[in-house]
Amino acid sequence: MTKQEALFEYLLRIGDNSLIIGHRMGEWCGHGPILEQDIALINIALDHIGQARNWLQLACTVEGKGRTEDDLAYLRDAYDFRNVLLCEQPNGHWGDTLVRGFLFDTFNYEFTKAMTQSSNSDMADIAQKSLKEISYHKNYSCDWMIRLGDGTEESHEKMQHALENLWKYSGELFRMDEVDEMMIQEGIGVDLNEIKKEWDKTVNETLEEATLKRPEDGWMQKGGKKGVHTEYLGYILAEMQFLPRAYPDAKW
Amino acid sequence: MSKKNWPLWEVFIRSKNGLSHKHVGSLHAADEEMAVENARDVYCRRSEGVSIWVVKSADIFASDPSKSEELFETAKNKIYRHPTFYDIPKEIGHM
Repeated sequence: MTKQEALFEYLLRIGDNSLIIGHRMGEWCGHGPILEQDIALINIALDHIGQARNWLQLACTVEGKGRTEDDLAYLRDAYDFRNVLLCEQPNGHWGDTLVRGFLFDTFNYEFTKAMTQSSNSDMADIAQKSLKEISYHKNYSCDWMIRLGDGTEESHEKMQHALENLWKYSGELFRMDEVDEMMIQEGIGVDLNEIKKEWDKTVNETLEEATLKRPEDGWMQKGGKKGVHTEYLGYILAEMQFLPRAYPDAKW
Repeated sequence: MSKKNWPLWEVFIRSKNGLSHKHVGSLHAADEEMAVENARDVYCRRSEGVSIWVVKSADIFASDPSKSEELFETAKNKIYRHPTFYDIPKEIGHM
């Protein structure tokens, strides 16, 4: 694998995480438990889509084959997507969505913060620009974990259950392979073992305040970063890609 | 899920430094912190503000509409309270 190929792959992983979790959250539009939270969630979804555009545009430049961000978003099949499995998990109930967001946002915050130090100035710039949004996402998620974890008996139980269901997808966030190794060597990428310590701290502190029990690290699901996805991604793409595939020249 | 509604909050936004907070609308939230966050999401999506105040709607004591006449009408015939009888020197221009 050349450095250029590794960089392209790396950018897809970051961009696809944002795109897919952004799309998932967008599915809540009009279905939020109350109007205010419906808007809050969609604001965050749009932040993710905006960030995905930046990362995927850069991926296209790095690839140098004349593809656009839309080509990457709408014309790739599931095995070409590089998002972690966590991002494509279904919305479930409000608590499921919040726990998924919590696990991802706390990771994304540490990752993006570290990325502002990247030797690749384009990537450092995008990270810098995204960091304020992501800090808000993280605070929003942690806040809700505490509210519902330390809420009523029913809300506590639902959050604990959601946490146990989704925990097996948290391991992949920190799994590194040759792409990560190459990017770290170049000073471009982030050492995921390093940010795991900060992530653990935030997660532990928040769960403690939320009176939730951190699940044991058991078998961790993986595959998304290599293009091996759960069944859910296909359904997401079917909805997300239908229009540009059915009407290839459609304009907004 | 409980059918009980979250309390209603009135939202005041200051658009930029130097201007006072203005009432922009209301929203539901469980407590004051959530009210500020919701206000940020509902009323500040297009850079409308730099500061948010929230007040529980229930804490606002309002004038009684049926007393409008005695409260406000009486000022109408006291035109001398408006400073419209002064000659303003040309040099001053618009005040």
